Amino acid sequence: MAVVHIPAPLRQLTGGESQVTVEGATLRQVVDALEAAHPGIRARLVEGDRLRPGLAVFVDNVQADAGLRTPVKHDSQIYLAPAIAGGTA
Amino acid sequence: MATALLSDKVAVSATVNGEEVDFLCEPRESLLEVLRDRLGLTGAKEGCNNGNCGACCVILDGRLVNSCCVLGVEVQGSTVTTVEGLGSPDGLTPLQQAFLEEAALQCGVCTPGFLVAAQALLDRIPHPTEAEIRWWLAGNLCRCTGYDKIIRAVQKAAGAASA
Amino acid sequence: MTAETKYRVIGTRPIRPDGVDKVTGRAVYGADVKLPRMAHAKILRSPHAHARILSIDTARAEAVPGVLAVITARDLPEASGVVEAGEGGAVNMRDASHNILAHGKVLYQGHAVAAVAATSPHIAAEAVRLIDVEYEVLPPVMNVRRAMEPDAPLLHEDLHTDTAGEKSEQPSNIASRHLAEEGDVEQGFAQAAVVIEREFETATVHQGYIEPHATVAEWRADGQLTIWTSTQGAFAVREQCAEILKHPQSEIRVIPTEIGGGFGGKINVYLEPVAAVLSRKTGRPIKITMDRAEVLTGTGPTPGSYIRVKMGADREGRITAAEAFLAYEAGAYPGSAIGAGCLCVFAPYKLKNVRIDGYDVVVNKPKSAAYRAPGATVAEFATETVVDEICRKLGMDPLDFRRLNSAVEGDWKPWGPPYARIGHLECVEAAMASGHWRSPLQKTASAPDGAFRRRGRGVASGYWMNWDGTSSCTGRLNPDGTVSLLEGSTDIGGTRASVAMQFAEEFGVDYAQVRPQVVDTDTIGYTDVTGGSRTTFGTGLAAVELARRMKAEIRDKLAPLWEVEPGAITWNAGVFSADGRQATVPEAAKLLAEHGQHVIVSVTAKGSNASGAFAVHIADVEVDPETGKVDVIRYTAVQDAGRAIHPAYVEGQMQGGVAQGIGWALHEGYWYDEAGRLRNASLLDYRMPTTLDVPNIECIIVEVPNPGHPYGVRGAGEVPIVPPPAAIANAIYDAVGVRLRRLPMTPDRVLEAILASEAEA
Repeated sequence: MAVVHIPAPLRQLTGGESQVTVEGATLRQVVDALEAAHPGIRARLVEGDRLRPGLAVFVDNVQADAGLRTPVKHDSQIYLAPAIAGGTA
Repeated sequence: MATALLSDKVAVSATVNGEEVDFLCEPRESLLEVLRDRLGLTGAKEGCNNGNCGACCVILDGRLVNSCCVLGVEVQGSTVTTVEGLGSPDGLTPLQQAFLEEAALQCGVCTPGFLVAAQALLDRIPHPTEAEIRWWLAGNLCRCTGYDKIIRAVQKAAGAASA
Repeated sequence: MTAETKYRVIGTRPIRPDGVDKVTGRAVYGADVKLPRMAHAKILRSPHAHARILSIDTARAEAVPGVLAVITARDLPEASGVVEAGEGGAVNMRDASHNILAHGKVLYQGHAVAAVAATSPHIAAEAVRLIDVEYEVLPPVMNVRRAMEPDAPLLHEDLHTDTAGEKSEQPSNIASRHLAEEGDVEQGFAQAAVVIEREFETATVHQGYIEPHATVAEWRADGQLTIWTSTQGAFAVREQCAEILKHPQSEIRVIPTEIGGGFGGKINVYLEPVAAVLSRKTGRPIKITMDRAEVLTGTGPTPGSYIRVKMGADREGRITAAEAFLAYEAGAYPGSAIGAGCLCVFAPYKLKNVRIDGYDVVVNKPKSAAYRAPGATVAEFATETVVDEICRKLGMDPLDFRRLNSAVEGDWKPWGPPYARIGHLECVEAAMASGHWRSPLQKTASAPDGAFRRRGRGVASGYWMNWDGTSSCTGRLNPDGTVSLLEGSTDIGGTRASVAMQFAEEFGVDYAQVRPQVVDTDTIGYTDVTGGSRTTFGTGLAAVELARRMKAEIRDKLAPLWEVEPGAITWNAGVFSADGRQATVPEAAKLLAEHGQHVIVSVTAKGSNASGAFAVHIADVEVDPETGKVDVIRYTAVQDAGRAIHPAYVEGQMQGGVAQGIGWALHEGYWYDEAGRLRNASLLDYRMPTTLDVPNIECIIVEVPNPGHPYGVRGAGEVPIVPPPAAIANAIYDAVGVRLRRLPMTPDRVLEAILASEAEA
């Protein structure tokens, strides 16, 4: 089961839980599973058929670059974060 | 009409980097504009256009000036040295070489101004102290290096021991 | 303090390949570009901080002899949609387009309204003054706290607060809210022996690059658009221009000129689309440069801020809870670095109970842009001075405190995965062992005029997360064994050298055999910006991969000439061998060339795990208690660079960042009047440090290798700007016993604080 780390503003949708375990082989399946368990969360993560532009998703320490098609392992750690300007010198 | 245009401009003769040059310029053009746009010497840079950054430094009749604060028409009969006039086809000056060895430049845009100003200093005071170097170069702004390696480069070129 | 290295090239200090051009004035920067028939443009900018544009009449300007064209926002296509501008963050291109030429409203003094192309820059400047604009002036909002009030005038009627994807019902000047929480802060504060809560305000500050923006654009009759420009990222320019101009990327070629400083401020386009449209209209190449006042009023400074930090610690000095409220001024359009500010505010510390609440707020100031570790400096200014107060209350050495509470690998971060291998602890220990820290400081000194000065010492930590991104390299093996190395990363601080060094190391040749060139968007594969401290890391990664593939290709092409299988050829220390035969790279190159064999390889590499960098700085200051003037008399910067490829350029980044941090701390800040006009829009009054304002800056490079890079590189360019304001504020306290919580800490403010504390005493 993959573990999804829920950022503070979304915990009101997960009953206050900061970590949720779900099944899924891709991020799309993970989002579907999250929505099934906690209705309303998909709208905060997805816009149309892609990840919301302000959202960055990390799967096992690497930023997901295949969007919703990003593969997820059975024991992946998934982090949701604001898409931050990468930092520029 | 050619005559009307030409009457807007003034004919100037000067010695730039050891060469006799003649050019036409409008009275409102600065020496910096003339060097860059009429004489093709783009080494001197515009950073502020009001004498606060030193990126446009040149030596005019032996004196260090900000060329943005000098008019083109003012150099009639004068001698001007720009960064392009330092060194020779045979090689770099000890100062230019020291800047490279000491990594005294990063983006390089302030470098021409610093080289001209530092050369003017070394021509006057061959072995300056660190305080003298910092004082003399206070009119040249650098945003990249924090000045540390620039000071060391000038000291190296002067043959002084590093601080 | 560098680790022992077994490298031939890495760790040495060769001269940069572009050096000679830069010390002889031959290097070509944006404003140096000249083309036949080139015309010049100037921009008309709003005198008002907030106003509706009622009408624009360009007739008088167009009638000036020598004027070729005049444009306004009407001449740009209506932009829409959101584009990833290569920074890992979404950039709203409609805002970018309206920022370039105002659409309906002007939102800051300096906002571009129209542009004139003419045969000379002087004629263009004259004509600009003859454009008649009718404004309906609106009340300006000049302060972040005012902007957040429910009754504040709104900059955008359609802007709603976005909190993790949920939009507020009512419009607001608060564009977004970011929240991170862990544990229970209330319980944490209850357990503390000491709790300190303080408020901070920081002024808007500009990157201050010495070279103003400069662009030349040529739009040819066949639709090909070529842009020469001073930029941190040619591909970022191409993407933005394609979107703003609605012109195919494939028909835009961006040639990056040498760049005279960027620091984050030369990633967003300002002039390029304007020059392009004027070129299309006039049929001539168009050059536009900004003057210094335009740079200060019309480009993106870093946000001013209001910050509140509360921290609690137990009797042993362990942090029990930390809370931060951060509100950043995004300027006229949303998109400040508030996310990064939230990530960095408590970054050096191991935390169990923490709450971070961050706000992106629009105000009538220029749209903010990134400035070296964007968002981190002001956030850590707040935290590191609160930490200093806690240490004083506990009677604890500030470096002991940082060692005790240091974040380490596996610790919590506000967002994203926990920390990978990091080096804060190592930096703290190096600072403790430094000559500076161990040398005693005389607290009183006498000045030449017989008066006295007070001296003090302060420390601060800093963090920046660094970015990986994508870089391309192309290598061509020449018959003499040299390699032409093409890259797309504009060279602001010596990266031609650091990238070539990594290639040379991996390829087994001398540094002098590698010829790096920075080329345009048609000549090299996609490359992300020179920024985010990514270039030595990311373009180096691509160069190392390139070297590996070129070696493989040489081996494959050598095999038939040596009549062996490719697998039989081994490579060791720059020499190919098989079956008793040997060839160095130059020998192999000669042999291949003689047989008409060519080796050209291109690589596009996407990095990951760029890994954050920590710094710990020590500042000694001397304060004149009669004038409030603060001089920085000694400074040591300790920083984890992972692996210093070219130590002199790592030092250069450290020293440059420190100098900017000193300016931010003591001298620099935008001063606005009641009407929202910038009163110090020149380098005389926007006071950046000179040679007299900074001491020599000692650099101690710590190397805790980054596992995500073949040589262990961490980005080094940004973190050094983060600690100075706090280190100096803490040093001022040590000297004269007053705490300043507003930046800049100018002499009048220091003096006011000294007099106030004397009155209290």
